[in-house]
Amino acid sequence: MTRVKTPVSASIPKEEKKIFGELSRDIFDTANPSPYADNLKKGVDEGLVRKISADKNEPQWMLDHRLLSLKIFQEKPMPTWGADLSHLDLDNIIYYASAGSKNTDDWGEVPEDIRRVYDRLGIPEAERKMLAGVGAQYESDMIYHNLKKEWEDLGVIFLDMDDAVKQHPEIVQKYFMKCVPATDHKFAALHGAVWSGGTFLYVPNGVKIRDPLQAYFRMNAKNMGQFEHTLIIVEEGADAHYIEGCSAPKYGSQGLHAGLVEIFVKPSAKCRYSSVENWSRDTYNLNTKRAIVERDATMEWIGGNMGSGVTMLYPCSVLVGEGARCDHMAIAFANAGQWQDTGAKVFHLAPHTSSKVTSKSISKGGGVAVYRGQLKIAPHAHDCTANVECDALLLDDISRTDTVPDIQIRNNDVTIAHEATVGKLSEEDIFYLTSRGIAEEEARAMIVNGFIEPIVRQLPLEYAVEMNRLIELEMEGSVG
Amino acid sequence: MSTLLSITNLHVSVANTQIIKGLNLSMNEGEVHAIMGPNGSGKSTLVNALMGHPAYTITSGSVTFRGEDLLAMQSHERALAGLFLAFQYPKEIAGVSLRSFLLAAHRAQAAHDSSITRLSPIQFQKTLHAMMAELKMDPAFAERSINQGFSGGEKKKAEILQMSMLRPRLALMDETDSGLDVDALKIVAEGVNALRTKKQDTRSKKQINDNSHNEPTSQPANQQQSFSALIVTHYARILDYITPDHVHVMVKGKIVESGGAEFARKLEKEGYEKYGGKEETKTIALEMD
Repeated sequence: MTRVKTPVSASIPKEEKKIFGELSRDIFDTANPSPYADNLKKGVDEGLVRKISADKNEPQWMLDHRLLSLKIFQEKPMPTWGADLSHLDLDNIIYYASAGSKNTDDWGEVPEDIRRVYDRLGIPEAERKMLAGVGAQYESDMIYHNLKKEWEDLGVIFLDMDDAVKQHPEIVQKYFMKCVPATDHKFAALHGAVWSGGTFLYVPNGVKIRDPLQAYFRMNAKNMGQFEHTLIIVEEGADAHYIEGCSAPKYGSQGLHAGLVEIFVKPSAKCRYSSVENWSRDTYNLNTKRAIVERDATMEWIGGNMGSGVTMLYPCSVLVGEGARCDHMAIAFANAGQWQDTGAKVFHLAPHTSSKVTSKSISKGGGVAVYRGQLKIAPHAHDCTANVECDALLLDDISRTDTVPDIQIRNNDVTIAHEATVGKLSEEDIFYLTSRGIAEEEARAMIVNGFIEPIVRQLPLEYAVEMNRLIELEMEGSVG
Repeated sequence: MSTLLSITNLHVSVANTQIIKGLNLSMNEGEVHAIMGPNGSGKSTLVNALMGHPAYTITSGSVTFRGEDLLAMQSHERALAGLFLAFQYPKEIAGVSLRSFLLAAHRAQAAHDSSITRLSPIQFQKTLHAMMAELKMDPAFAERSINQGFSGGEKKKAEILQMSMLRPRLALMDETDSGLDVDALKIVAEGVNALRTKKQDTRSKKQINDNSHNEPTSQPANQQQSFSALIVTHYARILDYITPDHVHVMVKGKIVESGGAEFARKLEKEGYEKYGGKEETKTIALEMD
């Protein structure tokens, strides 16, 4: 892959030049030294799984679950559909590394080199902007966690997943991998065996959290796997918004991200899950996200996928209670060498349920963006409404986009709409903007940002800004 | 008066068809010229080619703008040099608000030209709303995607709004009057006339500004410069409201006759037949959008 840097146009004011100048892919693609990973074993076996569990001082049931998952992983075949995984060498991945620092809730105690990474990523700054709590996972251990006392007093639990296993075993055991079982697919099984860290969020009955809670995950060591587990339970009538950001430095060797997100949205509750994933280009992002949505509850998925070499990600809503709703909004950007295989899965398993999927993809430089969607409506689920809209934008003639919808409707009393469009950047539109003094590259970025605006505006401000800047970065050198 | 625009023996083709075939035109600073002619005579091609539309190829000839080679510049550089095109069919751009678009254009101008005060987003918004009020536009339009869901007349007004905000040295106006009712046409013409007169008032206005407030001037662009316009039109109607200094007839890619303001009236009465340019029904696709 070649990235052509073109000089920043003279028409961009100086201050902005500086902002864009500071924000380069290097921020995300630079690695800190990771001596702790030098002698770690590659590949996964029973010994490693036992070591992870022992290191974390886990209860027996979790060790048993890990060992069972490992067995399932070893028996399951690789998926044969979707993106090409033939170059993924599962024996060449480090499945577990601990950066060696203990969890702390004081930012000053975080080791300096790690702090530097987060400073560059703007995590404490984001916190200063009044986010309700910040959890940041560096490699496999959560190192920084904070939750405003106000919410703590109301019974909200926002913890490192490892700590949650020990501190709240009764809740964790009840829900852990009950939404996505290890038998689901090979990478869910792998996750069950080697998972480490992640976020546990529990919102009690009727508690409505105003501000978003957020976590940031980052892989640092080479050939590193990241298998964080996110478990969110939003009890009856409660309301929560959780945000994840993800990145990894660039090594030119493979990294694997097989995280798992499980969300339980109880009757009349509401959960919004937002994520911006910007893993480096050598990462395989094989992530599983699923929510079980009960009576009159609402689940919202908002996602931006910018990074990774290969992404396979299809957030799933299982609408199990009458009147349950879900809204999926996603953006995928596939640049040179990237395969973004993303989409949504919705299961209408109860009457009067409704779903809406809005997907936008951008392909450039030979990148491939695939919308893969599954929509199922059960025989007894009458009076359901499902809307799917996917729009693809191709920035050149060598890029590719596909739409692969799988729709299975088992009753007649439903309203379904599926709409897919493919567009190209119009020379006439670009000319309209340049005729006002805006340089061509900026004009292209403006149109692309306009294309994804309906979804970006749903993101919290700093993520929306990051998304727009990333688009501008990705658009560099787009003027032929 | 110094020469603003000088076009010499210009030849322009689109999709390998020669549209403009040796056109000559000279404009002085502060002048308003009108180009009239039948459909398909190349009027729209001329202004689009001057602005740098990618579909139009200059096959020969030269154009200088304020002494500089216009044809060597990219489209955005022509805009920064002071050229503006009011589109016959303004584009709709989804997801980009008219305000943020104009703010980006204003910043590009201010970065390019140190005599232009760079306004803060709030100052800019104030100026924009004041200008919209003058043009009797609902300020809500500023927050909508560029031209999306605008009626034909609203789009034309939005073009004049953009022109008024960016205050070009030379506005190329492509059939701005088409699709406008009389009231809208008057408002649009007032917008243009305001730009014409503002430069004459500059000194006194600035005086008032300096005495009354210490705030930066509410006009984003340089007030010292002159304003000129090249109005392309099929009908003389718009010229009832904007009095041109010169009127030219364009037929089959060339200017065939020129005159003063009164010439427009005569042309409309007599038609273009005598120049051999019959009303052609078949026009170039690009001009028809």
